[in-house]
Parts: sequence; C-alpha cells; structure tokens
Amino acid sequence: MTIEYKLPDLGEDIETGDVIGVFVSAGDKVAEDQPLLEIETDKAAIEIPAPAAGIIKEVHVKEGDTIKVGQLLVTIEDGAGNATDQELKKASTEIAESEDEEIEKLAEKEVEEEMDADPEPKVNENIDSKIVDEPLELFPDKEKPSPVLKEGKGQQIASDKAELVSNKKVPASPSVRRLARELGVDINLVSGSGPGGRLSQQDVRDYAPGKEPKSISEKQTLDPTKIKRQELEGTSETDKWGEIERTPMSKVRRLTAERLTEAWTAPHVTQYDKADITELEKLRKEFGQEVAKAGGKLTMTSIILKVIASALKVFPQFNASVDMGNGEILYKKYYNIGVAVDTDRGLLVPVIKNVNKKNITKLSVELTKLSEKARNKKISVDELQGGTFTISNLGGLGGTYFSPVLNAPEVAILGISRSAVEPVYIDGDFKPRLMLPLSLSYDHRLIDGADAVRFLRWVIEALEEPFKLPLEG
Amino acid sequence: MSKAENTTQVAIIGAGPGGYPAAFLAADLGLQVTMIDPEDNPGGVCLYRGCIPSKALLHTAKVISEAKHSAHWGITYSKPKIDLDKLRDWKNQVVQKLVGGLGILSRQRKVVYIQGRATFLDSSTLEIKKADGTTEKLKFEYAVIATGSRPAQIPTFPNDSPHLLDSTSALDLPVIPNTMLVVGGGYIGLELGTVYAALGTKVSVVEMTSGLMQEVDRDLVRVLQKSSAQNYESIMLNTKVVDIKETKKGLQVKFEGNEIEKDELIFDKVLVSVGRRPNSENLGLENTKVQIDKKGFIEIDGQRRTSDPNIFAIGDVAGEPMLAHKATHEGRVVAQVLAGKNRVFEPNAIPAVVFTDPEIAWCGLTETEAKEKNIKVKVARFPWGASGRATTLNRNDGVTKLIIDPQTQRVLGMGIVGSGAGELIAEGVLAIEMSALASDIELTIHAHPTLSETVMESAEVYYGLSTHMYKPKREK
Repeated sequence: MTIEYKLPDLGEDIETGDVIGVFVSAGDKVAEDQPLLEIETDKAAIEIPAPAAGIIKEVHVKEGDTIKVGQLLVTIEDGAGNATDQELKKASTEIAESEDEEIEKLAEKEVEEEMDADPEPKVNENIDSKIVDEPLELFPDKEKPSPVLKEGKGQQIASDKAELVSNKKVPASPSVRRLARELGVDINLVSGSGPGGRLSQQDVRDYAPGKEPKSISEKQTLDPTKIKRQELEGTSETDKWGEIERTPMSKVRRLTAERLTEAWTAPHVTQYDKADITELEKLRKEFGQEVAKAGGKLTMTSIILKVIASALKVFPQFNASVDMGNGEILYKKYYNIGVAVDTDRGLLVPVIKNVNKKNITKLSVELTKLSEKARNKKISVDELQGGTFTISNLGGLGGTYFSPVLNAPEVAILGISRSAVEPVYIDGDFKPRLMLPLSLSYDHRLIDGADAVRFLRWVIEALEEPFKLPLEG
Repeated sequence: MSKAENTTQVAIIGAGPGGYPAAFLAADLGLQVTMIDPEDNPGGVCLYRGCIPSKALLHTAKVISEAKHSAHWGITYSKPKIDLDKLRDWKNQVVQKLVGGLGILSRQRKVVYIQGRATFLDSSTLEIKKADGTTEKLKFEYAVIATGSRPAQIPTFPNDSPHLLDSTSALDLPVIPNTMLVVGGGYIGLELGTVYAALGTKVSVVEMTSGLMQEVDRDLVRVLQKSSAQNYESIMLNTKVVDIKETKKGLQVKFEGNEIEKDELIFDKVLVSVGRRPNSENLGLENTKVQIDKKGFIEIDGQRRTSDPNIFAIGDVAGEPMLAHKATHEGRVVAQVLAGKNRVFEPNAIPAVVFTDPEIAWCGLTETEAKEKNIKVKVARFPWGASGRATTLNRNDGVTKLIIDPQTQRVLGMGIVGSGAGELIAEGVLAIEMSALASDIELTIHAHPTLSETVMESAEVYYGLSTHMYKPKREK
C-alpha cells in the first residue's frame, strides 16, 4: 500500500511552515514515528514523524520550501515487505533512545543531540572539499547526495504543483513565477495586489521578507552546495576595526527577538527574595523514587509549578493580561504555566495546561516529556501556546538573581537561580540552610509592588511550609 | 568493435527542436555535452521532414492561390508552370541552410556531435552505432531523451506501396498526382492537402469523426471549412476507410459510413496522416528505470525527469502536445535543471498553429475545454468582416476571439482563424502568461491598419464597446 503523506494540521492558525530539514530520501527505510522532516512555523520548529513504517518512495519537498497544511510531503510504500524487522527495530530504538533530562539543568545543552540535529553540514563539507579539490568536477560522486539531484527531488513536488498552477492559473507572469520558485515561495499562497489579483515581483518578495534570491555567479550556479554552505556559515566582511561575520537570524531567534521587544513595552519591575528549601529538598529526595516510577523526575521546577498554580488562584491579577485598547483586564480562569527550555535552536516555552488540576507527580511526568519534546523538536505548536504564567529556571547553570522579561501577554514571570547552603540566623544561632533565590518580574501596569511582595512571599512560605498549599491554595 | 569508453556529462539523444536547444543551453551554462542523432546535422523531423519543409511548400501554395485570386482584382496571371524538380531543390536548400547553420552553432559551442543511433545499456551508459559503421560506448552523468515521434501507420494498409504516402514521403514531392486522398482530418493532413491542392491535385479528405481537427473550437474550423471547401474535391466526415487495394489504375479505397456517395473510389496517391507515435522503442529503455505509459510516451515529472533520476525526456517522446516549440522550452528547462537551477516546466499557454489557408491558431483555454471542464467563461468574438486590414487583403474569412474569466476579466485563452493567425497568436500567449486582463489589451494601442487590431477589438467587444462592431452590451 502506498501512503501519500500530507502535512498534518499543526494546530491553531498555523497554515504554512518552512522546511528546514529533510532527513530522508527516496529509497530510505523508515520506522513509524521516525522523523522525516523538520518544519519551522511562526511558532515553533516541529519534526514531522513518519505515519507508518515503510520505504520512502518519493520526497516531494526540499529544504527551503514553504509548505502548507495538506500539501503532499512524501510517498511511503507501506508494509515494508522489503525492510527487515531488524532494520526497522534499529531505526525505532534510535529514536527511543532520547536521554532522560535533568529538568533542573534545563539550560544545559545536549551536545549529542546537537550532533544528530542536522546531518546536512557534514555532507556538504564532503561535497565542498571535493569540489575544491577538483574544480572541474561538476557532479559529485553518485554515492553522495548529488546537489543537482537533491534539488530535483524536491522539485518533483514543484512539478505537481506546476500542474496545479496551470489549472488554477495563478495570475503571475513567468518571471514572477520563477522568482517565487527561487525564493521558495508557494505562489498559490501569495495574494496579488494588481488588477485581477495579478502578482507582482514585490508581492512575492513581501511574502518572503529577507529571502532575496542569491545573486548567482556562474560558478555558484554550477555549485549549489557552495551556496548552501555560505548560508550556514554566514558571510565574512570587515569594518574599520576588523573582520566580522554576517549570518542570518534563525526564525526562532527572530521571533524571540520580536516578541521580547514587544514585551519590553510593558513597565517591568523585578522583586527578589529567597526561599528556605532545606526541608523541601529532603522531601524531594525522599519522594523522588516514587515519581521516577511514574516516569517523571521530581524537580524543584515541578514543585514550584504546583505552588504557582495555587498562588495564582489566591492572586488572580497575576493570572491575567491587559487590554489597553479597551482599558480592560482579562482574568484567565485557567492555569497554564509555561516553562522556559533552552534548546539548540533557541528558547522554547512549552506550556503545561491546567496545572491546578494535576498533582506534582503528574506535573513532573508531563514536564519531563514536554522538555524532551522541545529539545527533540517534536513539540507541537499547540503545546507551546495558551500560557498564563511562565517559570524560567536557570539554576542549573548558576547565578544568584536575574531579571526575567515577561512572556507577553502574561503579566508575571518567575526566575529561579541556583540554590546554595547559606548561614541563616535562626533562634540566636547561625544554621546552614539551603536557600533558593527567586526573581519575580511583573507588569507594573496591572500589579503593584506590594502585591508582588505578597505574591512572592506566599510562594516562599508555601515552599517552606508545604501545608500552606492545601490550607490556602 | 567497440572502442575505449568515452564519457560526457550530458548525453542528448536526438537533435531535433527539443534536443538541440537543450544541448546548446547546457553547453552555454558550462556543461560538457554530447548530442547523438542519425542525421549529419542537428534539426530533427522539424527541420528535415516536418515544420520547415512543409512551410516552404505552403508558402509556394499561397503564392499560387493568391495569383489565382488576383483575377478578382483585375490582375490575371497565366496558369502557373510548375517545375517540380526546382521546387523540390528549393525546399531542400531551405532545409540545408537551416540545418547547416545549426551544425555551425553546435561546433561553436563545442557540443560533441555524433551521427548515429544510441541505445541505453544501463542507467549511465549508451551504446552508439555510428553512421560510419563503428560502435562506441558512452558513459554519461545525465541523459536527455529527445527522440521525437514518427507518423503512425495503419497495419492493414499496403504500407509498402509507393502510392501510399505519409507526411515524410509526401514532403519529398515525388510527383504531382491527379488525385489524392488524405486519410485523417488533422492538421498534418490538411496542411499537406493544401500544398498538393495548390499544385493542382484534386484532393479529398476522409475523417472518421464528425469534424476536421477535433481539438480545435468548432467556430474556427467552420470558417476554415467554408473557406477552403473549393480547394478540395470532397471532405468526407463520419467516414471510415476499411480497405485499400493496389490496382493498375491506382489505389482502390473502400469507405464505410452513412454520408458517402460512393463506397469505392480510386486515387493516384493516398496520404495517411492519422497521428504520430512517440519513438520510445528500440532505445534500450528496458535496461534503465525509465517508465513508459500505455500510449508509448515516457513518463516524466515537472522537470521532465523520468523515473530514472539521471535520465530526462523532452518533446514528442515525453507526451502531448507534440509541438516543436513545446519541446524547445522543455529542452531549455532541462538544461537549466542540469546546471543546478531551480526550474520547472510550467507554461500557462502553449500556442498551436495549423498552417492551412486560412490559418488556425489558438492558445490557453479553448471554448470546448471550458465547456467540458465547466469553467465559466465569456467569449468575445471579432469577425474579420469588420477589419479594415482584412478587407484590403480580400481576406475577410477570419475570426479573432478571446476567452475571458468574467470574474477577474483575465484572458484565459485566444483563438484565431484567418490569414496570418499563426503570427497573431503570439499576443495571446503573452497576454495569458502575463495574466493580462481584457482591459489591458483594450487599452494597448495596436497599429492601424493591421490584423492585430482584431485582437484589440475583440477585447473591446468584451466590454460591448467595439469601434467597428456595434453590439451594445446586453442589460442584465
């Protein structure tokens, strides 16, 4: 049986994405759920797994393509009569072997994962050095992915599309259609500003900002791998102080920058405090085993998640957003808390939904899964949306305090730094206590300083005296 | 015996209007190209046995017919004397001039040209039987199959008879027969029928279906049929040729159909023009992964890549429409793909021209197709009776029409019948490719007095505001 696998629904409002990685090519054997492609949408980088085991018959998209939901991605020969069980098993265990993550070391980079994140550069290096050695050799060895072929494979989709185009007759002149192809823009998605909806070159460019076609010299034309390499490495230039390198921002980087700039327009204040977690740490260690059995890791973050959910109920203005346009405050009646995760492609914030309705064990399991997914690029857009409050734990890396920036339109964010044993003066004596530094940034338009102190104190007291949770939360 | 193996980056099999443009552009883009063809120069069927020689002959036919018509205007020539050898020589000179030029262009680009026939030994090797009798193996990185097509035959006909012609032998002009039957009312039969009729042959046409040139809108064909009826002895529609026998008097043809007067007639020559078949056999494709469909066409994707990733196919062998200019465009797309560029064959309109008298030309969506596919269109027709230029030429037998999307006013198709329609259609192709609206054409000044004004006026007709045709817009 042949499966024509189309881009599935990616979640609300997401209709298109850019292909940033293609992991399979025609003839490859794949296991179910083995990643086929990586797609970057406005909201996240997502891996698209194989819907079933089989053999890839044809890959219809290529890196750089903008694809839309419902578009044909790959043709898979199902049943995989030819693939031995062993090979399939091997493929699936490779996927399963994602390492357990230390949630408290969210910030730590997984070097191995980084390695398997993108096999492309290695291949390119091979081809590239080959071309340098033998400048006249226009076609690389058959065994290696041929740049010409590679383009071609991707363009087979374009061919299908081409027929579509001629049926639908997109109102664009041949040169505009060619430009769209060169920019990797699906011309069917561009709306034209001209009479009768006619597309201009500008319409296409506006649809793909920053995606100027490479100015192609003869040499580069014959050597697509080189263009690719330059993209990865950036271009070198010099200013009057010396050499600099110019590289394009990744989509995640750009969106992070845009969203933080937007968030920065809210007047920020950060409240700092410390929680004595000596007793809590003992409990954490004591119950860690049990949570581990459930498949999660009992971490300070997962405990704080539960505490925050309770605190948000007590202080509803922290679970809200501001509608300045209408002069209104939106109080959220749900408690969805995001946890910042550092991934090799940038900062991602998976959101744990309905934290108030889940116990700490459940939260630990979910947090472990979500942060793994975020790092393995398997997180869905839906899992990155809908937050009402954010926690950012940088304790794994160190530091005492930091001032987190709000994750708009949320109005508060809690930063966690590294806990340390400190002498604390208790009952006329200095006692060694494990102290956890906390930083609460809040939107001063909605929250006053006194409320922030009260909120953070409530959180700290709950951490120091867990009985406060069932009592008040 | 086979010599040592040669290698090439790109091997192009067939040097017709698909193959040679592909070879030239690939060479211009820096690739090393070898082109293989049985003829001594590039050109293919188009130049040797198709478009070019037929048009040379059609030109002479036009001169003859205009000289005849000029009697109406007070100028009388004596009956033309036809020196068939000289006419044939002239036609051959035209061909030689063009193919010779292509040979020079090929050498200037350092394209290796091998006269011979190539077959695939595997997905990266060709065996070439050269014209000099030797055999050579050629290793390639990429191959482009551009082997074209040949006239289809009907096996029950006496195909060995010297009186049974196909388009190739008809273009050789063996004699000017007294009578000729054209089997098949398609464009090739009608073009060659026009030539022989002008030279003095009594030409009859027999067509199995209910009309000539089935793929063309009926309103255009009607004008041709009406205008050219006097050129033909008879046009038999809905009629089947069931048998052809060679007799002393000529070829005895037996017909079957309800509308015929006699079911048996004798002709000096019979021209069989019942379509063309792709040349996908005897290429050793079974030694590659190339797939062929039921009709014999090689299966390709948008880039003209076959199921064998290193092998491409273009032109007639790769599917309809079997037109030289389609093959050329495909060839240029493939050359660029091979040079690593992101290209796909994606025209919005391919023009088709029938060089009868009057000519018929069309591009984009036809009225017939719109009806079949249930596409809502409006058709704006401008009859050449209202054209000043057509009147000065005494050629009011023409119509120009635009097929327009009523929602956006975009031009989706164009059809023309009339003298010089083949040249006029270019504007329609450009309009469609540029996504022009009817108003774009209406607002573009066209030179007076020319036939091109009929294009502008048909756009005016769409808005009910044509200068030379009063037809107020209907109130809704």
